[in-house]
Amino acid sequence: MKLTLKIWRQKGADKKGQLESYNVEASEHMSFLEMMDVLNEELISKKEEPVAFEHDCREGICGTCNLVINGRPHGPQQGTTTCQLHMRHFKDGDTITVEPWRAKAFPVIKDLVVDRSSFDRIIQAGGYVSVNTGQAPDGNAIPIEKDTALSAFDAAACIGCGACVAACPNGSAMLFTSAKVAHLGKLPQGQVEHAARSKSMVDQMDTEGFGNCSNTGACEVECPKEISINNIAMLNRSYLSSIFGSNK
Amino acid sequence: MAGIELKSNVPAGELKQKWSDFKGTMNLVAPNNKRRIEVIVVGTGLAGASAAATLGELGYQVKAFTFHDSPRRAHSIAAQGGINAAKNYQNDGDSTYRLFYDTIKGGDYRSREANVYRLAEVSADIIDQCVAQGVPFAREYGGLLANRSFGGVQVSRTFYARGQTGQQLLIGAYQALSRQISTGQVSMYNRHEMLDLVKIDGKARGIITRNLLTGKLEKHAAHCVVLATGGYGNVFYLSTNAMGSNVSAAWRSVKRGALMANPCFTQIHPTCIPVSGDYQSKLTLMSESLRNDGRVWVPISQEDAAAIREGRKKGNDIAEDDRDYYLERRYPAFGNLVPRDVASRAAKVACDGGNGVAPTGLAVFLDFASAIERYGKAAAHSKNMTNPSAAEITAMGKEVVEGKYGNLFEMYEKITGENPYENPMKIYPAVHYTMGGLWVDYNLQTNVPGLFALGEANFSDHGANRLGASALMQGLADGYFVIPYTIGQFLSHEIRTPNISTDAPEFAEVEKNVQDRLDQLIAIKGNQSVESFHRRLGKIMWEYCGMSRNADGLKKGRQMIRELREEFYKDVFIPGEVAEFNPELEKATKVADFLELGEVMMCDALDRNESCGGHFREEYKSEEGEAQRNDKDYTYVSAWEWNETEPILHKEELEFKNVELKTRSYK
Repeated sequence: MKLTLKIWRQKGADKKGQLESYNVEASEHMSFLEMMDVLNEELISKKEEPVAFEHDCREGICGTCNLVINGRPHGPQQGTTTCQLHMRHFKDGDTITVEPWRAKAFPVIKDLVVDRSSFDRIIQAGGYVSVNTGQAPDGNAIPIEKDTALSAFDAAACIGCGACVAACPNGSAMLFTSAKVAHLGKLPQGQVEHAARSKSMVDQMDTEGFGNCSNTGACEVECPKEISINNIAMLNRSYLSSIFGSNK
Repeated sequence: MAGIELKSNVPAGELKQKWSDFKGTMNLVAPNNKRRIEVIVVGTGLAGASAAATLGELGYQVKAFTFHDSPRRAHSIAAQGGINAAKNYQNDGDSTYRLFYDTIKGGDYRSREANVYRLAEVSADIIDQCVAQGVPFAREYGGLLANRSFGGVQVSRTFYARGQTGQQLLIGAYQALSRQISTGQVSMYNRHEMLDLVKIDGKARGIITRNLLTGKLEKHAAHCVVLATGGYGNVFYLSTNAMGSNVSAAWRSVKRGALMANPCFTQIHPTCIPVSGDYQSKLTLMSESLRNDGRVWVPISQEDAAAIREGRKKGNDIAEDDRDYYLERRYPAFGNLVPRDVASRAAKVACDGGNGVAPTGLAVFLDFASAIERYGKAAAHSKNMTNPSAAEITAMGKEVVEGKYGNLFEMYEKITGENPYENPMKIYPAVHYTMGGLWVDYNLQTNVPGLFALGEANFSDHGANRLGASALMQGLADGYFVIPYTIGQFLSHEIRTPNISTDAPEFAEVEKNVQDRLDQLIAIKGNQSVESFHRRLGKIMWEYCGMSRNADGLKKGRQMIRELREEFYKDVFIPGEVAEFNPELEKATKVADFLELGEVMMCDALDRNESCGGHFREEYKSEEGEAQRNDKDYTYVSAWEWNETEPILHKEELEFKNVELKTRSYK
């Protein structure tokens, strides 16, 4: 299949960027990133600068890859990271636009690479259970209802890619933050710090320059792990209780 | 370095008492001294993150490094199936000794008894720790932890979190690390790649890193250096490793005097999605847990196999009697759950015999039809359905299978475009894990004082073959429960050592070496991409040092690598500059190191005139085609010193006092 790519090229954080056009020939069996590899090999063979983009595991779990494809974070396929998107979902002759995540709290580093270290700082603000190595009781000491464990798992499945922020018109990190608060808050181990955690993580989110949530729901639609916005409701509740003092 | 003596430093005493005696008598570092002692940890996967977090909790000043944009991205995250622990929650006869024995036997008697016993001993603590951190392990309806079985064992001791166990464990360790970063105990350096090791008076005292955003070299000093930098499977180009996984931190340490142990011990995982084309950048694993319920087969007749390859027939068209469930046939005791090396070789035999089922001829079926039926019937029974229809059974069975393996089936469908609930999966072996790694003693210290290696980066626990769900166990054992103790053996002698200064001339010298190396690479300005060299290296490795090896091939392969290396330094093209964000330069330094490691792997495989575990030499097999070990001559760890003309072999003899060396049989 013959494709036209319009790719965002930007030399550095303080430089101006623009879309540039490239032609590439791909096979429908390739993944989207393998198609990008083909383009880069061609550019290198012409001694031109390859397109910088991030990727690592290429099996949809590390959360590194992050392309906005035809205006949608991770492209058109529901519940799929960029690296797991295959070219069979495109047609011969298509023009595909490829852009970086765009959000104030994710500044562009180069081309399609952005800085997501703000996510790490949100986790550092309380996204953990305070337990030192060696302090744990036996793993079976606290039975946890199967459905509770599964629902905590659903929230814990977040891969920290940032698609939710890229999808949000406000550039909000509420889905990311709430997924962590819900993961830990649903489990008895995480209950002790639940309210305090909610407050400190939201405060850090605000400090980083993420926007507020206005319930558009775009984050849930674009999340490659299909994390539910119900988590945001849970976060709102625990955030309020952290302010008004009730933990229930 | 003639005459390196490899001292294992295994404590005296009974096997079962060694670790507790060690902990009771080892040297301690007092809290007031911990506060001023600095430790560098390179890598933030399971081993690195758990080590950095725990050392921080203990009060050491830790500097942690990752080349990723965040410590949460390390490739431990992709581990699917689970983590072993000798909890015996299932009451099925498990014990510390049994986990130890299974691991020693699974490794084909090429690992160190005392290290493996310790691993089995601390395994239970890992589960407790992870549960306390909020890792959402699978649970039974009663709320207690669930287990499943993995290859090479006859008990259920594997804990899991759907098919994303590695992700959940890593997030647990990442959160513990994040907590230490927030308290200031750990300074985190993201997007920093270690490019060399700095030694002062023979001791590891620091590293040279490149800031990947700016391209600037930086000097970092500490009282000791801990490497938790993973395995080197990407020397094969195509592997289940992440694209960035590399050997450079370990290899640079080898070039500063550390030894690379058993480098030829590579694990080829039997259940991966088959190669489909030349453009392919990586291979994807389908978890071994699938072999709990999936049955492996090929058509008995070559005509049927050809018809499937050409698309004239599908797997489901082949009648039950015309299928060869070859693992069940050849290994009735373990069936589809034989260890990985055995399953991989059997798949190769089936495909080499002309019975493969993918267009390339290189794939076998992994079929869930029986499991779907079995689970469907069980579900009907528990719902008191007296006369369920076949369709109802299938529907209910699919639901159970989806609950167990849903995300794996989904991943398979995304990549191949085929629905594995309807048609059997096609799978083929692929490079997955490297048992070899830096040589370490009982304290996980390399032969360079002050340089430690954890997790996949060391060689210590898996011998010639790793059992499933044991990599996560080892990474976390090393990081949470071993290094926090054993590092004291070195650091207790360093309490009078003031902070190491990066102004020492040794730092300037090594930094210049690195700068020169980068300048040299970028100045080549040849005509071939880094990727093309990597791909060619991978083909040589797979052809001559892959699933089966022979002396002639290994000699030839070694020569080819030497030639490829020469060509690389004449004709590689790296765009851009050293002092900027330059992913092609990053790749080039990694491939340059793989081009040397690959040669040592060939030398190691050639030296080992036996077949054991993942190392299968065609000259050494039984009449039935099973691997033939040679305990008389090869019960040693090969530890290689780098030398441009001829790598030098050092040996650590292995002693087995608690298990009897037997022919490994899974029949």
